[in-house]
Amino acid sequence: MTQVSMTVNGKPVSGEVEGRTLLVQFLREGLGLTGTHVGCDTSQCGACVVHVDGKPVKSCTVFAQDVAGSSVKTIEGMANADGSLGTLQQAFQDHHGLQCGFCTPGMVMSSAALLADNPNPTEAEVRHHLEGNICRCTGYHNIVKAVLTASGQPVAAE
Amino acid sequence: MFDFEFVKPSSIVEAARLLGGEGAQALSGGQTLMPTMKQRLAAPSVLVSLTGIAEMKGLSVAAGTLTVGAATPHAVVAAEAARVFPALAALAGGIGDPAVRNRGTIGGSIANNDPSACYPAAVLASGATVVTSKRRIAADDFFQGMFSTALEEGEFVTSVAFPIPEKAAYVKFNQPASRFALTGVFVAKFAGGVRVAVTGASNNGVFRWAEAEAALAKSFTADALQGLGVDDSDMITDLHGTAAYRANLVKVLTGRAVSAAG
Ligand SMILES: Cc1cc2nc3c(=O)[nH]c(=O)nc-3n(C[C@H](O)[C@H](O)[C@H](O)COP(=O)(O)OP(=O)(O)OC[C@H]3O[C@@H](n4cnc5c(N)ncnc54)[C@H](O)[C@@H]3O)c2cc1C
Ligand code: FES
Ligand code: FES
Repeated sequence: MTQVSMTVNGKPVSGEVEGRTLLVQFLREGLGLTGTHVGCDTSQCGACVVHVDGKPVKSCTVFAQDVAGSSVKTIEGMANADGSLGTLQQAFQDHHGLQCGFCTPGMVMSSAALLADNPNPTEAEVRHHLEGNICRCTGYHNIVKAVLTASGQPVAAE
Repeated sequence: MFDFEFVKPSSIVEAARLLGGEGAQALSGGQTLMPTMKQRLAAPSVLVSLTGIAEMKGLSVAAGTLTVGAATPHAVVAAEAARVFPALAALAGGIGDPAVRNRGTIGGSIANNDPSACYPAAVLASGATVVTSKRRIAADDFFQGMFSTALEEGEFVTSVAFPIPEKAAYVKFNQPASRFALTGVFVAKFAGGVRVAVTGASNNGVFRWAEAEAALAKSFTADALQGLGVDDSDMITDLHGTAAYRANLVKVLTGRAVSAAG
C-alpha cells in the first residue's frame, strides 16, 4: 500500500491505495464520495466522469496514484455553498434531464467542463461533447435542453 | 485486475531503466491498457507511468517538422496543432470523446497499433519518424501488422516527428458505438509526392494505397481515383461491415479526403 494525497472538491485528502486502485475506487470507497457512479467499468459510459485539474476524465480509467497531487472535482463539489443545487444541476431538474439518475453525475461533470471552455455552445456542440456519456433513460433531448438553459441561452418550450 | 507496483519516473533515462526490468510495462493514458488489465489480458508486475515526464509532453515546430511528445494527450494536439497541421489536429479532436482525449496519448495509440486506430494513419501518411528511447524509426518500418510494431522489449516511443504536408486531410467513417474508424483515410500532399494511408480496413492494420498515391501525384483531385480498384482479399469482415464494403469505403473516403484537403 502507498499513501496518496490530492485535493478533492477543494479539500486536501489522503489515503492508502494499491497500485491497481482506480481513482473512482479511491473516491467512493476511500473517501465515501459515492456520487460518482460506475456504469460500465470499461471506459464506455461516462457515468464516472470527474474533473482532474479542470479537465473531464473517466475516473474508472485512471489510477489513483497517477493523479496524486492533482486537484479533483466530483459531483459533490457542484452544489452552491449553501447546499442548494448549482445552476447546471437545477437546469437538469427543471428540464427533466434525468430519470433514474445513474448517468447524471457524469453528465453534469462533462457538461460543466464544456461550459467552462465554451460558455455559449450550439445544440450540435452540446451533443458532440456528450458523445462519451451514455443515458439509458432520457433519450438525451432534455439533457441537451438543460445544458443550453444553464448556459443562459433560450430553449423552446414544450 | 491483478495488483502491481506503480512507478512514475520524471525522465526518459529513468523510465528506460525501469522498463528494462522484468515484468515492467509502460502506462501512458491508460485508455486502452487499463480496460485490458481489467480483463486480465495484461498483467504487468510493474507499471511505469510516462505521464510525469515533461520532456515527453507537448508540441514543437522547427524546419517544417512538427514534433509531438509521445505522452501528449489527444486534446492538447487537437488544440495546439490546429494552425500548423490542421489535419492532424482534426484527427486528434475526433478520437473517442472528450474524456478519452484528455488522457489518451499519441505514444500509446501508435504503440498499440489497433487496426482501427486513427493516429497510425496520420503517422504513415505523413512519412513521420517515430523517435524511441533507443533509435529513430521511419513510419514505413514501424507498423508491422495488427497490434504489432517494430518496438523491442523495453523500448518505448518518446516522440513523433511529422514533416508538415502542403495539404492534408483525414476522413473517418465512424463505427458509431466505439467511434473508432470503421475505415479511415489520411491523405498528405508534399512537394515530392502524395501519401495515402488507410486504417480500419485491413487485417494487417494500417497500410499505404500505392495506386492512389501514383494517381494523385499526377492529379490531386478526387476524379483521379476513378477506375482504381481496391483489393478486398485482406480486408476485415465483421458485424459492422464486409470486406467488400470496407474496400469501397477506402475509395470513397480517399476521394473525400482529397476534396477536403483542397
Ligand atoms: C471510449 C473510447 C473511444 C476511443 N476512440 C478512439 C478513436 O476514435 N480512435 C482512436 O484512434 N482511438 C480511440 N480510442 C483509443 C485511445 O485513443 C487510446 O488512448 C489509445 O489507443 C491508447 O493510448 P493511451 O495513451 O491511452 O495508451 P495506454 O492505454 O496507456 O497504452 C496502450 C499500450 O501502449 C503501450 N504504451 C503506452 N505508451 C507507450 C509508449 N510511449 N511507448 C511504447 N509503448 C507504449 C502500453 O504499454 C500499452 O500496451 C478510444 C478509447 C476509448 C476508451
Ligand atoms: S464507469 Fe467509467 S466509463 Fe463507464
Ligand atoms: S437518467 Fe437513467 S441513465 Fe440517464
